[in-house]
Parts: sequence; C-alpha cells; structure tokens
Amino acid sequence: MNLLLDVKDLSVDYGTEAEPLPAVSQVSLELRRGEILGIAGESGSGKTTLINALLRLLRPPAVVRSGSATLHPRSGEPVDLLHADARQLRRTRWEHTAVVFQSAMNALNPVARIGAQFTDVLRAHRRVPRSQARERAAHMLELVGIPAARLDSYPHELSGGMRQRATIALALVCDPDLLVMDEPTTAVDVVMQRQILRQVIRLQRELGFAVVFITHDLSLLLEIADRIAVMYGGRIVESGPAGDLYRDPRHPYTRGLRDSFPPLRGPMRRLHGIPGNPPDLRGLPPGCPFEPRCPHATPECAATVPALAEHGTDRVVACIHADDLGGRG
Amino acid sequence: MTDEPAPVLEAVDVTVHYPVHRARGEVVHALENASLRLRPGRTVALVGESGSGKSTFARTLALAQEPTGGSVLLNGEPATARGRRARRAYARRVQMVLQDPFGSLNPLHRVRYLLERPLRLHGSVTGREDLEQRLRALLERVRLTPPERFLDAFPHQLSGGQRQRVAIARALAVRPDVLLGDELVSMLDVSIRLEILNLLAALRDEEHLAMLYITHDIAGARYFADEIAVMYAGEIVEYGTAEDVTQSPAHPYTRLLLDSTPDPDRMEFLAGRTHRDEDAPDVTEDDYGEPPDLVHPPSGCRFHPRCPLARASCRTDPPPHVQVTDRHWARCVLLTEPDDTSRDTTPAELTP
Amino acid sequence: MTTAPVARLTWRTAPRRLIPANGKARVGLAIIAVYVLVAAVGPWIVQSLMGLSPTELTGAVLQPPSGEHPLGTTQDGTDVLAQLVVGTRTSLLVGVVAAAVSTVLSVAVGLIGGYYGGLADSVLGALTNVFLVLPGLPLVIILAGYLRGRGGPFAVALVIGLTGWAWGARSKRVQTLSLRNRDFVVGARLLGESNLRIMLVEVLPNLLPVISATLMLSLVTSILAVSGLDFLGIGDINTVSWGTMLYFAQQRQAMVSGAWWWFVPPGIAITVLGAAAGLVNFGIDELTNPRLRGARRKGAR
Repeated sequence: MNLLLDVKDLSVDYGTEAEPLPAVSQVSLELRRGEILGIAGESGSGKTTLINALLRLLRPPAVVRSGSATLHPRSGEPVDLLHADARQLRRTRWEHTAVVFQSAMNALNPVARIGAQFTDVLRAHRRVPRSQARERAAHMLELVGIPAARLDSYPHELSGGMRQRATIALALVCDPDLLVMDEPTTAVDVVMQRQILRQVIRLQRELGFAVVFITHDLSLLLEIADRIAVMYGGRIVESGPAGDLYRDPRHPYTRGLRDSFPPLRGPMRRLHGIPGNPPDLRGLPPGCPFEPRCPHATPECAATVPALAEHGTDRVVACIHADDLGGRG
Repeated sequence: MTDEPAPVLEAVDVTVHYPVHRARGEVVHALENASLRLRPGRTVALVGESGSGKSTFARTLALAQEPTGGSVLLNGEPATARGRRARRAYARRVQMVLQDPFGSLNPLHRVRYLLERPLRLHGSVTGREDLEQRLRALLERVRLTPPERFLDAFPHQLSGGQRQRVAIARALAVRPDVLLGDELVSMLDVSIRLEILNLLAALRDEEHLAMLYITHDIAGARYFADEIAVMYAGEIVEYGTAEDVTQSPAHPYTRLLLDSTPDPDRMEFLAGRTHRDEDAPDVTEDDYGEPPDLVHPPSGCRFHPRCPLARASCRTDPPPHVQVTDRHWARCVLLTEPDDTSRDTTPAELTP
Repeated sequence: MTTAPVARLTWRTAPRRLIPANGKARVGLAIIAVYVLVAAVGPWIVQSLMGLSPTELTGAVLQPPSGEHPLGTTQDGTDVLAQLVVGTRTSLLVGVVAAAVSTVLSVAVGLIGGYYGGLADSVLGALTNVFLVLPGLPLVIILAGYLRGRGGPFAVALVIGLTGWAWGARSKRVQTLSLRNRDFVVGARLLGESNLRIMLVEVLPNLLPVISATLMLSLVTSILAVSGLDFLGIGDINTVSWGTMLYFAQQRQAMVSGAWWWFVPPGIAITVLGAAAGLVNFGIDELTNPRLRGARRKGAR
C-alpha cells in the first residue's frame, strides 16, 4: 500500500469555546511512501498547527475540532494519529514518525554525550544490547558525515553544523517511515542550509523515508520537494508537483509568493510582493481567506470559501478564478 | 568615480576586537580593517553569514560600539559619541533600524509615544498642533494609514510588517542623513518584504539618504542595493556593484554564497526524483565547513580552510587587494594570476 | 492585525481595567481592601460610633466576648476590638512605609548598577553584598532598641526598610541587565535619549512586574518584622499595634488564663494579610503588562 499518511478534513481551533480561532480548516492531504512533501506558508497559515496536530503536540487552548489522520506504517497496524492512546502513541513516535524542529542544534541534551543520547533512544524503543545500540549510533553518525569517534563527545564539543546533522541522524535512528521537519533551516545560514538539504536528500535516497518539510521559503522547496502544498489562513490553497507549481502557479497567493523572491540571476525588474498584512485569524472573511489581498478578487470570492478543485493533471487549487489565471506563468 | 557625491559616512580601516572574559589576553577578532563609504541616495549592502562581522560593523558605524582601531568619519570629520551631547548630535544624522520587529519597540509604549520622542528630541516641535501634524505625516510616509488607527496602538497589536514601518518612521523622524538597516526584513514574512524594501527605496530617493543594508540574503541585496560588500570572518572580501558581484563574482566565498542560495531559475525543474538524483552528487560534498573561530582565526587568508581552490601560500600570506575592474575589487591571490579559469566569471559549481 | 487600539486608561475605564480577572487575585485584593477600609475608617467607627477605646482602663477585666465588648477585654480592661482596629491602622502604615523605603532603595541600586555596569555596578554590588551579609534581625533589634521609642513606629519602619533592601536589589539588577541589551533600549540610545530618561521611562516600566512581586513580599515581611519587634517589646510599646497586643498578651499570661480573645485576633489579622498579599501576586502581571489587559474572557488566563 503506497499511501503512508492520509489526512482528511482536519480542522483545529485555537481559543475558547466562545470565540474559537480557526487555525486549520478542512485540510486534506495524502503522502505516499518515500515522497517529499513541502508545505509552504507564512504567518497565520496554520502549517505549524497542522503538524502539531498530526504529531499530537497540541496544547490547550488548541483543540482538534474535526477530521481524521491515519498513518500506514510499513510494519504494524494503521495508526489513528489523532486518537491513538498513550501506548500506541509511544510505539509510533520515533519508530514510525520522527521530528526535527527549528533550533534543532539545540535539541541535544547538553549534559549527555552524543552516543548516550542515541543509545537511550534506541533502547527505549527496541530491546537491543548496549553494544548493538552503539554500533547503530555509529552507523547513523557516519551516514551524516560525523566520524564515529565523536560518539563520546558532548554536544558543545561539536560545531553547529555537526550538531544539526547529529539531530537529523537521531531522528532517523529507529528507521521511521515519516520524518517531519518544521523550518529546520530557518535559523541557519544559507551555506549550511544547502548542506542540510543535500544531506536529507541523500539520507532519503538511502533509507527511503517520506518527508514533510515545512517552511515559509518557497524557493527552498524546489530543491528538495516532490510535491508542494501551499497554505494560507489555515487552508490549503494549492497543491501539486513542485516544478509545475513553481512554473505555473494557479492560485494568486502562490503566484504572489513565488514572485516575492528577487531573482539571483537574469534580468532585474521591480517586484511587489503581496500588499496587505498576513491574515488575522480573529477577523477572517467568510469567503476565501486571501480575498482581502487578492488582485483578482471579485464579490463572489468574499461570499463562499472556494473548494479545492482539480485543475489539470495532479494539481488542486482553491480558487474560483484559477482557470483564468492558468497558463499566464 | 568622478561624478559621485561625497560620502556622508565613512569607515576607514575599522577594527574591532572584543576581549574574551576569563581568558587572558584573548580577543575575538570581530572586524578587521574594514573600510566603507556611504553616499547620499545610494545603498550599500553588507552580505555575509552570521559571525561575518556585519552586525559589528553596523554597530560601529552607529557608534554604539567603539572601534579598537581605525575611525568613523561623518562628513569627513571624525565622529564621536562620547558624552550626551555628542551622542545626540550623532543620532540626529545617523539612524539605525534593527532586525527584530518584536523587540525593537518598547512593548509598554504606544506608537504615539514612540514617534514623539525623536520629534521632541531633535525636531524642535512648536506645540501640540505641530506635533500632531508631524506624527500623522510620519505615519503617512511609511504608509500606515489611517494614522489615527495606529497612533494609540501598542506594538503587540500590530503585525511584524507594521512594526517595522513604525521603526522606520521613528528613524526618519529625526531627518537623518544616513540610515543603517540591520537585517530589517529578515524576520518578516516573505510576501511583505518587498513592500518594505520598495518603501525604503522610495524614501531613500526622496530624502537622499545614504543607506546601509545588512543581510544574509544575497538575492535581496542584488535587488535593493547599488553596491555590495561581501564579508567573511570579519573582513570585506569583495566589493563592487550589485550586478558585478552577483553576476561576476571574483572571490571563491562569494561564489559559494551564490551557489548555496536557492535559485529556481537555474534548476532544471522537474517533477519526479530521477533528475534530482543526477543533480545531487553522491560524494560527501557537504564539507564546505563552517565559519572559523574568531578568537584564533586562520592564518593568511581567513577563508583558506574552506576554499576549494586554496593553495599553500593562502595559508601563510594575507590575500592581496586586487582591482578586477575600476569599481570591483576582491581579496584573493588567484585574481593576480593570468590563468583564465580563476577569472571565470560564470558562477562555477565548486567541486571538492 | 485588525484589533482596535486599547482604550486609554481614564478615570472611568480604570477600575474595570485594573481589577485582574484572576480569581485568586480578586480575593486577595478584596481582603486587602477590607484591611485598608478598616485602617481608614475603623478607628473612627469603633471609637466615635461604638464608643470603645483602645486605651481606656475600664473595670471589666479579662472579659470574654460579649455584646458590650465584641472581642472581650484585656487584663487592663481595655477593649480588644478597639485595639485590633486601631492597631490595624498602625501596623499597615508602618508596613507600607518600611516596604516603600526598602523598594525604593532596591530599585535605585539594582537599576543603576545593572544599567551602567562597570565601576558603578561593582561598587553597588559590593554594597548590596555587605547588606545581604549583615545579620538582619539582630541589627534591627539593636537599632530599634537604641531608638527605644524615639521617632515612634516610623523610626522602626525606616530601620526595617534600610536593612531589608538588599535582597530585592539583586533581582532588579538581573532584570535590568537583561533589559539593557534588548533592542528597544538600544534603539532609545541610538535616538539620543539621555541615560536617566532611558532608565526611568524605558527600563523601569518593564521592571514593574519584578518590583511588584517583591513589593508584596516586602510588605508582608515588614509587617511581620514590625509585629515581631513589637512582640519582643523592642518597638514602641506605647503605640497600639498587633505586635504590642501580642506583647502584652504574653506579658500578662493571656494563654495561661485562657483569654484566647486577646491574642488570637491579632494573630489571625497578621496571617490573613500575609495570605492576601500572596494571592494578589497571582494577578499582578495583568496590571503591568498591557498585553494582558484586554483579555476579559472566561478562561483567557
């Protein structure tokens, strides 16, 4: 079965009963095994809330209002991510799903040696003798280009880049089916960012896990993602293969986002970004969340939320004017 | 060089060494012999990774940091901020906008107060009416309209982009000659960065401001600035017009930066992975290393440990200053050689 | 962001805005309000309206609570309720003065030292350390004993304030150090603001949470200290306060006589006030952080 993650109509509210803020609204997505899905969005898009919901990291006052999310791991039963009990959750975490967060290099325990952190994690999930765990730790470190001798180092003895790579290796130590990366390169320089991405691609080729990569940097996703889903105001507004989506965006927001990156080469021209402000969840319009800032908005746009509809092969767009914009590159 | 306006703010061979606590005699060589000229109506970008010295340089230009060596000249005269009067006089001419829109405005003060202060300190306000009018004019200049909506707001009620506009308005309130921007769009959403940059460009042109734009994003620097100075490990390694530096980079580090920046136009896009397999070589090319420790920086050329083209002399001799064209120079020994490949102007893929 | 700006604090909106939504804090504030009320008008009510006197020696000696003397009488025949109420005023005033002196000193030392750093910080830090190390209670006892009633209760308050500031100074210094490098302080310097103005207008308002936290604490400890001194007989035994009530109760063997109405009320008064101060602390953040002021919704905390 090729489908790894199946999310249907997920909605997450943030806030009190009286005035819930719709942080995520009716998000559906499918992730195939070994696929790299990029989720692009800015403030208020809901991308981090979405991931937290799937990883069961939500804290009050955030609460899942509706929808489902099912994980189909390679081995074992399908897991209902939103309702799994504590025991199931414990079995799923790190075995089937792993996470790398934004300040990943600070996620390592500063008072424990690297090797110990790896073996701790391994032995928490599998019954393996210490020596075997250590071997696996050494193997993982080598996969990310860190010599096995560093197993006995403390995190502060490694450089920033090495710590970042060690965290990624740690996430992969139990050979998960899914790796979630939440803005892992945002706090990092462009050179190190490149290294990390290449690392992830290599590891992915070798180990075969799927990746959900969240970022606000759309241009970055082209280097790494197979498919991209663009989020705005808690909804997915467009989704499709990375290259196609970049070359020919159908949703005005996607296009505006793509055109917000000054070109590095090629002719220079004046760019405009997207006027207005990021969406305020407290005052979302009843219709399309992007309508206040959209250069192509019409009165119907403000009335009802556009549904995600198919446009061409393997592309879905939530915009009633998508066809008119199509092909204008 | 001939018809250029005289520089308003100039750094001449500025060096900054921070003492390291608890270590005897050790210093962080944060900035080394950096020189720069800021002219009215022009923007110079300082591009580099963190630890490159760009923020130190900006703080030194703002006189928030005292240089260990070299000097800062304002209109040709050495500038000092010793003493309240001197500090205030300098603040009237040179202003800085900082990176974090969430931290640069005191959360306990309303926008009105934040904008009043510079007006009162430097603007010889002639009464309540005059003040009100000026406040509204300021907000309108940064396109925060209607002004009434923003005057009584607290910073946490505004979005990141709106806060930066307030910060810019505050800097402009004193009518400075120089505006220093330290990564001022880096923490904003991508889609609103361009608006802010366009606004700054317009303001620069209207007021003939001399601008310094610090960033780690070289593509943004190309868009916004007239000239780019590339910094590495506390030194300026390359300087030229934005086009020259980004299209014909001379220094290996600049090329590394350009190659590492995501550039969709260059990539062969494709859906599917097979092509990407060819794209990413299998070799452990990810050892481009990291910026060096500035307490014990590498000898000779500071970039030599990471430079794929380094040779033995790079470890011992400091790199020479080489003029590539009359407005473009870089510090690299490879440029002195007649060898064509090192002068290659197309951004080469660095091979280990 | 489309939120409307928060309305200015006027006389009309202030009461609603300033009362914290937090339940615990509300209870604490209510209790303190009662104390303040008692201190303000209690003595007048008790003396003029009810005709009871804290000092008059009536013939009714050691009477348990009754209609005429709601809290009974002491060994000298003086009315306990009157004493308690008048004592409330004294105790509160002294506590407030002591806490004020202590707070002002700790803010001054912590703020100046933390802001300027360098020599000023070293000197002030040394001063702080000296006062921290000085044995507080013995010093207060000695000083109070030396004063022996001169200057009345306020001299004692001053002494307590002067010996108790050092601990608070440290937390204010640390907070100042962290604020000093925040962008908005750097920004104010870049605008050319004077140091004094920056300290008072930019840094100090951001210190209010720390100040108010230690203020409550110092209020309580001051009242306890004064009561303690009075109880030991070192304070001014001619004034009526909770502590002197306890002093006399002990001197006259109230416990042995079973005259609980003499020492239990002042004891409760002290304890409940302390508890109230602690409760208020829960809600103090709202007062000083405008971001939290608007939130009135249920469960918003």
